[in-house]
Amino acid sequence: MGLRNQFDKYAPLFEKGGKYEKYYPIYEMVDTLVYTPKTVTSAAPHARDHADLKRVMTYVVLATIPAILFGLYNTGYQTNSAIAAMGLDVVPGWRAWILSTLGIGFNPDSIFANVVHGLLYFLPIYITTLAVGGVIEVTFATVRGHEVNEGFFVSSMLYTLILPASTPLWQVGLGIAFGVIIGKEVFGGTGKNFLNPALVGRAFLYFAYPASMSGDTVWTPVDGFSGATALGVAAAEGLQGLAAQGITWTSSFLGTIQGSIGETSVVAIAIGGVFLVAARIANYRLILGCLIGMIGLSTLFNIVGSDTNPMFAMPWYWHLVTGGFMFGLVFMVTEPVTAAMTNKGRWIYGALIGVMCILIRVVNPAFPEGMMLAILFGNIFAPLIDYYVVKANISRRMKRHA
Amino acid sequence: MAESKKEMLLDPLVDNNPITLQVLGICSALAVTSSLQVAMVMALAVTSVTALSNFFISCIRNQIPSSIRIIVQMVIIASLVILVDQILKAYLYEISKTLSVFVGLIITNCIVMGRAEAFAMKNPPIPSFIDGIGNGLGYSLILLLVGVIRELFGTGSLFGVQILQTVNNGGWYVPNGLLLLPPSAFFVIGLLIWAFRTWKPAQVEARDFKIMEAEGGH
Repeated sequence: MGLRNQFDKYAPLFEKGGKYEKYYPIYEMVDTLVYTPKTVTSAAPHARDHADLKRVMTYVVLATIPAILFGLYNTGYQTNSAIAAMGLDVVPGWRAWILSTLGIGFNPDSIFANVVHGLLYFLPIYITTLAVGGVIEVTFATVRGHEVNEGFFVSSMLYTLILPASTPLWQVGLGIAFGVIIGKEVFGGTGKNFLNPALVGRAFLYFAYPASMSGDTVWTPVDGFSGATALGVAAAEGLQGLAAQGITWTSSFLGTIQGSIGETSVVAIAIGGVFLVAARIANYRLILGCLIGMIGLSTLFNIVGSDTNPMFAMPWYWHLVTGGFMFGLVFMVTEPVTAAMTNKGRWIYGALIGVMCILIRVVNPAFPEGMMLAILFGNIFAPLIDYYVVKANISRRMKRHA
Repeated sequence: MAESKKEMLLDPLVDNNPITLQVLGICSALAVTSSLQVAMVMALAVTSVTALSNFFISCIRNQIPSSIRIIVQMVIIASLVILVDQILKAYLYEISKTLSVFVGLIITNCIVMGRAEAFAMKNPPIPSFIDGIGNGLGYSLILLLVGVIRELFGTGSLFGVQILQTVNNGGWYVPNGLLLLPPSAFFVIGLLIWAFRTWKPAQVEARDFKIMEAEGGH
């Protein structure tokens, strides 16, 4: 193989004693992206699996593809619909210039026009994320002599998908910088982070710049257009309000509603979820535990009822299809590094997140959406849950052998 | 005392900083640093209390029975804190309202107690006084650094004077709301500690554990 020979030819330059020894992580990154690493672990403990870290990460990125495609379509669809509804003749901005020059136009009924318009919002955010986060990642790897790995591709993709399309690019860069440094690198890099870096970045933006991360005007990137997310409407006016806004359960399920780029479509996310569970990357206990917690508490709230808080009446199948619940459930609750590691702990961890999400959504008046904070909360408790599961097991065995 | 007076004064600024190295007095650093003016008054208050309590405790250190020394130290520190509180209320009423309970809580500030117990009980009054000033300045340095970062990037102003024009007033700067919330001081102090330890590697603590080498052959 020609390419392999090329890699081998330059390898001595980067290996110990070579001219560019310092930059070995970068060489290693490119090499192992293309070829399976030839080094094997010789010290105990061993885990034998065909899927190494890189393949696992690549699978997760593959699993996000349906959500990305639908996100592109929906972002364009929402934008074009808003433009049509407001009757704008001249649409400002460079995206509009590209679309007009290429003759694609702003027809919300054309799938192609929607996808291209969505792409013009998705790509700048994604490229900024990759550039800023990538520089930080490679810098840390080079200074510490670590290997660069694909974990960052996953974080950057998830991060892009949970941002509103209108997020200013400097905020995108600032958020991912915070997420990668504070959420991951200060704890030692990939595999040692106890918080999900993508969520840390988003939480940073959420608290630092609430005006561009929440409210009614951020979800569709057209100036002057105001449209609340399904959860925002439900929190203010209840389920009747949703119907009045033309948001049906089917439209929420399919995802043609307002929201962050990739979080709206339950169908698209579920396809990725099935793939992840089938590939044995996502653990089904985490998903089921989270669903049980969510369904249990929301049903309890339905039974209890409330005269003043319309969220009490929201049934679980609405909670499932609105906001970021589904996206968080499939791509973030199941993230192996930050989740609980024991099987019993996984059920508890999942349920804790499901319960917290509903608690924040229903009881806390300040936050209509709770999935982000619920997952971060769960991340913090994961090591504690594992500790007690292991302790319980030890004391049970002690009794058995006493 | 082997240390010179200059060392006693300057050592706690960077090399032996009470906040970044000993990680003491964090609570007030979180609470009062969202504006620089308040942070400065707090820094002055803590510095004067630390210096004076060190001085007075050192004066009577040979008379204090060891079994009740903590109580005696507390009485002296508490009297000084009440004095500071009254002065603030008399001359800086607005700021004392912002500081509210945190002036009273200087009594429990670990730096004050720590220096009294570790230094003033064993050293004569003048070096104790200088040690108190030095540690107070170390505390002040971090408080002011955090205060500058939080107020400048959180509201675009310093001492209430607008420096970065914010978007709401027709400028370009978008204030970072997170920096006005107390948890941001955790991040800022954490990053400062990181910066200090990169600058002075001697401050890095030894690892609690050693990671096993797991590199394999080909």
